[in-house]
Amino acid sequence: MPSLKALRTRINSVKSTQKITSAMKMVAASKLRRAQQQAEAARPYAERMERMLRALAASVTDSSTAPKLLIGTGQDKVHLLIPVTADRGLAGAFNTNVGRATRNLARRLESEGKTVKIFAVGRKGRDYLKRELASRIVGDVSYAGRKRVDFPDAQDIATRVTAMLAADEIDVATIVYNRFKSVIAQIVTEQQIIPAPPPPEGESVDLGGATYEFEPDEETILAKLLPQALAIQLYRSLLESAAGEHGARMTAMDNATRNAGDMIKRLSQNYNRARQANITKELIEIISGAEAV
Amino acid sequence: MAVSLEIVSPEKLLLSRPVDMVVIPGSEGDIGVLEGHTPMIVTLRGGTIDLYEGDKIVEQLFVHGGFAEVTPERCTVLANKAVPLNEVKKAEGEKLLGEAEAGYEAADKTNTAIEDEALDLIQLARSMIDLGH
Repeated sequence: MPSLKALRTRINSVKSTQKITSAMKMVAASKLRRAQQQAEAARPYAERMERMLRALAASVTDSSTAPKLLIGTGQDKVHLLIPVTADRGLAGAFNTNVGRATRNLARRLESEGKTVKIFAVGRKGRDYLKRELASRIVGDVSYAGRKRVDFPDAQDIATRVTAMLAADEIDVATIVYNRFKSVIAQIVTEQQIIPAPPPPEGESVDLGGATYEFEPDEETILAKLLPQALAIQLYRSLLESAAGEHGARMTAMDNATRNAGDMIKRLSQNYNRARQANITKELIEIISGAEAV
Repeated sequence: MAVSLEIVSPEKLLLSRPVDMVVIPGSEGDIGVLEGHTPMIVTLRGGTIDLYEGDKIVEQLFVHGGFAEVTPERCTVLANKAVPLNEVKKAEGEKLLGEAEAGYEAADKTNTAIEDEALDLIQLARSMIDLGH
């Protein structure tokens, strides 16, 4: 049985931990709201870009001259994996899930005889993968200390990826990130970005029989639009991941706060019991002492 | 009798309103869009978007390149970046021009796509200097 003093210190320390976790939960909640708003604000551009891509894809008929971003290098040997994680921990299994998915994917590809390269976005993912797959990491970027990620950040990654593609260093690129489904559910998603997936089906514009005119021409526009589309796709996954991170942290901290509460309850019960036992013991001693006289 | 104009940047929807006419800076020349314009997809250079109501300009924005989609009822501008014209600074343009020219010198001239990109940046910087204050 621990002493009364030891119990009291334990209770106090758990109480201060609880204060921290509940503060972190509140901070995560407000950051989550902001991240969701940012993701919401980015949607119109992405939607309109998809609409333009659909129109372009429909009118580019000669696919032999199409840019590499759209059709790939025609090979399937070197895979670039882009795991997107957070820069901070204490978010439950958020970072580990992406790390594990990336590792498994890398293993699978290598067992099929393919070469794997990794470009890690976020500090946690890089650290995780460094342990086993350090030789495959070709680059990394992290936003530690930054309030939010902006579009130029995504553009920066896109530029680096397209440069690798242009230099024939990679054939296929896949991004692994946490898709924000709800505050309590983030789904690890593997999405191929190069060669570009066909734009999702959606409302097509009714032009009343007319067709689009292009200026300059389809190929030139496509060549300019595709890198932008890639950047947008990366930007969206960065935003989803940011929202997911805060959601995951909120859930994790909510659980931690609840656990701390349970622990305080149990410890206080022990404390009270110990105090009661002490009193009883003293009483017995006094009474038996009095009887002996 | 109006075109519904939308200007969107990757970060947010910047502007959405009906206008009588809009002039957009296409990479091969300015394009005036009235209602019933033939459907087009164009690339944009750095320049101003003029919003007309009647025959007066009511608003001007400076775009840093991008794309535009024109249909008979709509004009959608996907801008890389857009700011009100009076916020364009000459000094920023001059700084960008210096960088852009250095970038052009360093660019791989055998690859026309890269060369074009560098030239576009120079053009953008020049128009910032012309239009800024």
